[in-house]
Amino acid sequence: MAERLSPLARFTPVSADDLRIAEIPFLTQINLRVDPKSRAAADIGVALGAPLPTEPGTCTSADADVLWMGPDEWLVVGARGHDLEATIRAAAGTAHVGITDVSAQRTVVAVDGPRSRDLLAHGCALDLHPRVFGPGRCAQTMLARAQVVLAAREDDGFRVFVRSSFAGYLADWLLDAAAEYLPEGTVTSR
Amino acid sequence: MTSRRMTGWQGETVRFRFDGRDYEGVRGDTLASALLANGVRTVAASPALGRPRGIYAAWTEEPNALVQVAAEPMLQATTVELRDGLDAHGLSGRGRLTDETDTARYDAVHAHCDVLVVGAGPAGLAAATVAAETGARVIIADDRPIAGGSLPDTAETVGGVAGAEWAAATLDALDGRPDIRVLRRTSVFGYYDDNYLVAVERRGEHAHSRERVWRIRARRVVLATGAHERPIAFAGNDRPGVMLAGSARAYANRHGVLPGDRAVVFTTNDSAYAAARDLAAAGVEIAAIVDTRATPSRGGDGVEILTGHVVTAVGGDDGVSSVTVSPSDGGAGREIEADLLLVSGGWSPLVHLFSQSGGDLRHDDGIGSFVPASARQAVEVAGAARGVFTLAGCLEDGAAAGARAAEAAGFRVEGTFEVPRTPDEDPAAPAEHLWLVPGADYSTHFVDLQRDVTVADVMRATGAGLRSVEHVKRYTTAGTAHDQGKLSGVLTSAVVGHALGLPLGDLGTTTFRAPYVPVGFATLAGRHRGALHDPVRTTSLHEWHVAYGAPFENVGQWKRPWYYPRAGEDMETAVLRECGAVRESVGAMDASTLGKIDVQGPDAAEFLDRIYTNMMSTLKVGAIRYGVMCRPDGMVFDDGTVIRLADDRFLVTTTTGNAAAVLDWMEEWLQTEWPGLRVYCTSVTEHWATVALAGPGSRDVLAGLAPGLAVDAASFPFMTWRDTEVAGLAARVCRISFSGELAYEINVNAWDGLALWEAVMGTGVVTPYGTETMHVLRAEKGYPIVGQDTDGTVTPADLGMDWVVSKKKPDFIGKRSFARADTSRPDRKHLVGLLPADPGRLLPEGAHLVETSTLPEPPVPTLGHVTSSYRSAVLGSTFALALVSGGRDRMGEVLYVPLGGEQVPVTVTSHILYDPEGARRDG
Amino acid sequence: MLLIPCPWCGPRDEAEFHYGGQAHVAYPENPAALSDEEWARYLFFRDNPKGRFAERWNHTAGCRRWFNAVRNTATNEIEAGEVTA
Repeated sequence: MAERLSPLARFTPVSADDLRIAEIPFLTQINLRVDPKSRAAADIGVALGAPLPTEPGTCTSADADVLWMGPDEWLVVGARGHDLEATIRAAAGTAHVGITDVSAQRTVVAVDGPRSRDLLAHGCALDLHPRVFGPGRCAQTMLARAQVVLAAREDDGFRVFVRSSFAGYLADWLLDAAAEYLPEGTVTSR
Repeated sequence: MTSRRMTGWQGETVRFRFDGRDYEGVRGDTLASALLANGVRTVAASPALGRPRGIYAAWTEEPNALVQVAAEPMLQATTVELRDGLDAHGLSGRGRLTDETDTARYDAVHAHCDVLVVGAGPAGLAAATVAAETGARVIIADDRPIAGGSLPDTAETVGGVAGAEWAAATLDALDGRPDIRVLRRTSVFGYYDDNYLVAVERRGEHAHSRERVWRIRARRVVLATGAHERPIAFAGNDRPGVMLAGSARAYANRHGVLPGDRAVVFTTNDSAYAAARDLAAAGVEIAAIVDTRATPSRGGDGVEILTGHVVTAVGGDDGVSSVTVSPSDGGAGREIEADLLLVSGGWSPLVHLFSQSGGDLRHDDGIGSFVPASARQAVEVAGAARGVFTLAGCLEDGAAAGARAAEAAGFRVEGTFEVPRTPDEDPAAPAEHLWLVPGADYSTHFVDLQRDVTVADVMRATGAGLRSVEHVKRYTTAGTAHDQGKLSGVLTSAVVGHALGLPLGDLGTTTFRAPYVPVGFATLAGRHRGALHDPVRTTSLHEWHVAYGAPFENVGQWKRPWYYPRAGEDMETAVLRECGAVRESVGAMDASTLGKIDVQGPDAAEFLDRIYTNMMSTLKVGAIRYGVMCRPDGMVFDDGTVIRLADDRFLVTTTTGNAAAVLDWMEEWLQTEWPGLRVYCTSVTEHWATVALAGPGSRDVLAGLAPGLAVDAASFPFMTWRDTEVAGLAARVCRISFSGELAYEINVNAWDGLALWEAVMGTGVVTPYGTETMHVLRAEKGYPIVGQDTDGTVTPADLGMDWVVSKKKPDFIGKRSFARADTSRPDRKHLVGLLPADPGRLLPEGAHLVETSTLPEPPVPTLGHVTSSYRSAVLGSTFALALVSGGRDRMGEVLYVPLGGEQVPVTVTSHILYDPEGARRDG
Repeated sequence: MLLIPCPWCGPRDEAEFHYGGQAHVAYPENPAALSDEEWARYLFFRDNPKGRFAERWNHTAGCRRWFNAVRNTATNEIEAGEVTA
């Protein structure tokens, strides 16, 4: 069988001391819709190792990362090959839930290093100050002209979830902006 | 040429060119100060009258000294920082746009703060210092290369040191502190809703990006933007050598440049006395101070003071050589020899940003100009920007504003800010507010130097009956040049007031609009240029299309392969070959861009019944149905297929361009009208890659790739789907057709898309085809494309698709509108086919149709227009689809398409031109 | 650039939202029972006041939720406490 190809398979990562950009391909991603007050929501939380986060713009991490996407919507993210859909379906039983495999819908770009906030501020209108958007925060917003899900991690790390069709554009944009922080010539000018 | 630089002035030499001549200046010069230092008085010519113009001011308010620097047209010489190799040319008002691409880079950054301070003069520095002490996140932006606002111009001392030194140290102390951002050379040029301010930072040619736009969201704003000195309109006030008094003082103190040898000072207020004193100390001979007031407020330090006098004439064609002064109440004039005429009509607070923020202004009779009154947004104004004109006052006012802003943002001010010591200032005597020196002829009393607008022009406007300053502005163009009327705006109002006998306060100002300073389009575009201008969306097969040389068609932001030319083929040949392959053999197309929405829940079927015009609840699991959705007005909004995955689960496809709109549409109805329906919708457009396999040979190709799948027509009928493996990949295969041929759509996880495509191509018998071929094939079958053959005014019935509108459902979106008289008018435009009499004649899309073979006199009644037009191999002719009034009743009629003077005859046919009986779909 | 208070995500830039027009214009209970004029009024007629206006917004680039807000069309101010999910 032929190799799987991720949206940014041809992207050359940036690995400077204070700024690193790389794709994390092939993560398992499940879009979950469920009434947060329902028994099913509680059972799914148990199955995933932590209650579904109900505070807007927050994310929990246990067996999988669970990102708040809306008042009845979450993005559940697990390792490559992790059969999260089966886990969630089993926990939900026959309740009314929406469980959709969206693993290939978006790819994930990791932006890490002390310059990550500076870099994202070139295209993101959210206040990314660590006091406002620290580890555990997430948001659906715009980065440059692409819709993204942005999640803040420890140590100035971010995960940028971007629709696969926009990934090439966003990677080009990130490289272009990253040149502000990298020695001249590090990034090939397009 | 002798240098006009003060002796002993230190500075690194900078070499530059102006109008083709080489000059030297010093580091820290502006182009204007360097030109003055070299004795260059005439910099530009006025745009309308061609009069010589010099340097009138010392910063962004300059109306005269416009220059072109390389590709940048219309820069003010007063704001261009001198640098080695600078090559500038004087302009007559208009610059020259280059046709070369600007290779510089431009940047944009979003920033957030608790307190934004605009201006790093005494008030701004005090405000920022106080706010920073509270722990607030502070941004201070200043448009100058060095801090201090007017301090470097006036050479006043603060805390016992030179003001400029104090300012630099204070700003440096703020810079580098956590959560404090100092933006130098940064002009805040726009103040928008919800404390959103936009600034441009001039980073210079050496920086990675030449300019950067800051988009700042501030909880509180302190505007410490200072004041501009006012001009006075008098005869000959545009001559090179006429200069604002405070600006001349700035050239002496900031740049060590003497703008002339012998000066007459013309003033209405005390500030010009300080200017005269500084200039005299620097070596300019002050011939006389002409004070409009009856009694001078202070001594002239040995200089002759002419009280109650005004300037009535300026001698010298290419620049000031003499000044005629006369008593205000008439009487004989006296001519004084001078090469410099310094003017001060008082000072006007810089209220531009405050006014942009929505704040109200009021006229202050003491100042003689407009000051901030009530604010609409979370903003404080401090210092000269609200009419505080003493140094000590500005420091105190700024500190208080900084404290108020920080507290309003939720921070506590602890301790008190010790206002640094400043020299005692004599209390200012009341100023007189004179805008205009009366004259017999107002043809050289300039109001707007950059637009060559005179008092005579303004009076012509008021004489024509105009009373509003906004109307006078548009009639005369005063204030519309690229300085945006910084000096001319209020002067124009005052002259209108003079002409109409109305007080200035009653007339008000014209509207202050962004940008406060000119900003290049390239700067505003930032990184959104070239390849990053707009997102390019690509499918997982994109690199294959590129490798095979396909040109791309833009569909929204998507890049779709248009056709795959072989060596020597043009588009027409390639498309005819691709069409032939599908009709006679087998072709494959990347259909991944179609929108896909997963619809789940116990009420999913009921929901789709309400959204689509046709019935979806009767669809069996495993089956597929084509559907149309309309807006409530009954007009077609989108179409696509619906496949039933389970009792409570459907997969809906949308057109490529409408994927997001359809999902939003579904969410809107679910959230706002039908919250009781238990349905969840999720976009899966990019989770899947879709390969369309079409043509009589497609069954054999699929059978070869999917050995586990029964592909015969009985086992796998039209409009059904199967989950299986194709080329070893988990796949969902749908038997649907957009060409009328036997066809399949194979869906796999997008990561596997390229592998699937390569396996299909690896069979060696499949021809890749692009969107153009797809369009021809669907048009031959009369399948409309939403957005191409429809435009929001077309019903399903207009498309000949009555069959897709359910008669059984009690309601669905659009149903009520089909009972409106308008949707059953017989003259509605119907989708029809057109066959040109000349089978080689390709009609342009958008061409209109008329009834007669000769064009009648206008207005020409049009019957409709061509929506799609192609060449067809199977028809042996060109053909078109068109929306034609009463089209279905015109079958066989000959209509005419007016094209370049010719009436091209076409025959109206059914929109289904090929295989009307549908014989080909089973292969 | 307005700062629009999404009831779920908090204040966000205007560019993240789609405008949904006048609020509280419900889809008629029984469209078939309406006269053409009544139906046309539902389809085509909306208020356009200077001043307070209840309108719908959709946070399209964020949580995709619809909500109502009262905005002053003369000043663009959105009234605190008048934003409802």
